[in-house]
Amino acid sequence: MKKGVMRPGHVQIRVLDMDEAVKHYTDLMGLIETDRDDLGRVYLKAWTEVDKFSVVLREADEPGCDFMGFKVVNEEALVQLEKDLVAHGVVVEQVPEGELKDCGRRIRFTVASGHAFELYADKLYTGKWGVTEVNPEAWPRGLSGMKAVRFDHCLFYGPELAAVYDVFVNVLGFHLAEQVLDPEGTRIAQFLTVSMKEHDIAFIHHEEPGKFHHASFYLETWEDVLRAADLITMTDTSIDIGPTRHGLTHGKTIYFFDPSGNRNEVFCGGDYTYPDHKPVTWQAEQLGKAIFYHDRVLNERFLTVLT
Amino acid sequence: MGIGFQVTNRTTGDCFTCSEGQSVLKAMEQRGMKCVPVGCRGGGCGYCKIRVVEGEFECGKMSKAHAPPEAIEQGKVLACRIYPLTDLIIECLPPSAPGNTSEQTTTKALR
Repeated sequence: MKKGVMRPGHVQIRVLDMDEAVKHYTDLMGLIETDRDDLGRVYLKAWTEVDKFSVVLREADEPGCDFMGFKVVNEEALVQLEKDLVAHGVVVEQVPEGELKDCGRRIRFTVASGHAFELYADKLYTGKWGVTEVNPEAWPRGLSGMKAVRFDHCLFYGPELAAVYDVFVNVLGFHLAEQVLDPEGTRIAQFLTVSMKEHDIAFIHHEEPGKFHHASFYLETWEDVLRAADLITMTDTSIDIGPTRHGLTHGKTIYFFDPSGNRNEVFCGGDYTYPDHKPVTWQAEQLGKAIFYHDRVLNERFLTVLT
Repeated sequence: MGIGFQVTNRTTGDCFTCSEGQSVLKAMEQRGMKCVPVGCRGGGCGYCKIRVVEGEFECGKMSKAHAPPEAIEQGKVLACRIYPLTDLIIECLPPSAPGNTSEQTTTKALR
């Protein structure tokens, strides 16, 4: 957080059918619908999040991710980060206050991997859903499905990881928590963080730019991940892989798809990091184990099925 | 059982029954067959792209990037999003086939 970027704030996901998507993200995953706008977008949040929304769904004829946004500590930091991005040669676009409902002005930029990101300082603070601010209960009743705790991170696939690393680490103040190196020492996967979490965002090398691998949501326990698996079966939702454990991050996980084919993850656990920690390194030769710790084999679908 | 449509994959020679209202991909998976690659099952990733050579079917929503209208006209569709109305003959599409817009690029650095 040394440059003032605080945390993942939102992700805008394109879906083919809004009604199906809303049902998936609310009934199954347990997000809460908080608003809709004139463009037909639907705003959602997980119950522990303090701001009004973290997931925005937009109906389109091609699924994928429009952008991911990070919240910065204040307007001064936003002004400085904008200057730093421009000085670094990054083209910055202004998105006015209110373009997303109850969100302050955003600055948007695209990195060399082909993915768009945003920074913003203000969003309506609505507090955690279903619990009081003072003397809060442990959790709210009335949550659905997987009862996702928070939007946690995204994984993107694209080229030019070194250039992306440069922007995220040297301009935005992220810290490299984990990486995969090929035999020549080239980084082919990078897990970056502005917090103690082992990743707030991750990139894996892929020739085609701008691909979306997954949006991930945090659950508390392994039991919750197993329960998520049961719900995936009960609802006949398209499963990818799991429940299992990652080698990278050591998180316990399950992957599945939304009705438009965007991949979702719910996970628990995972390593922590501080800025004095050296990055955890996996060798590309061990990639099977790095990705799926139990199977220990490369999973074709995980590497190639993207939106 | 017995009610449904026969789907024949002429590339692999596999043949399976698809119930009314069931997608071709789901029917294939349910019968433990692997003659079409399985991706997201949601019309989004383009992984299960096939060409329908013969037969009638209905289409669900598919990503325009992988199944644009002109491809659908040529029978190039996603197996996860087609529902047979008659028996079907399908064929697999090689990833580099001309006119196949799905362009499954691979993560070569990871292999």
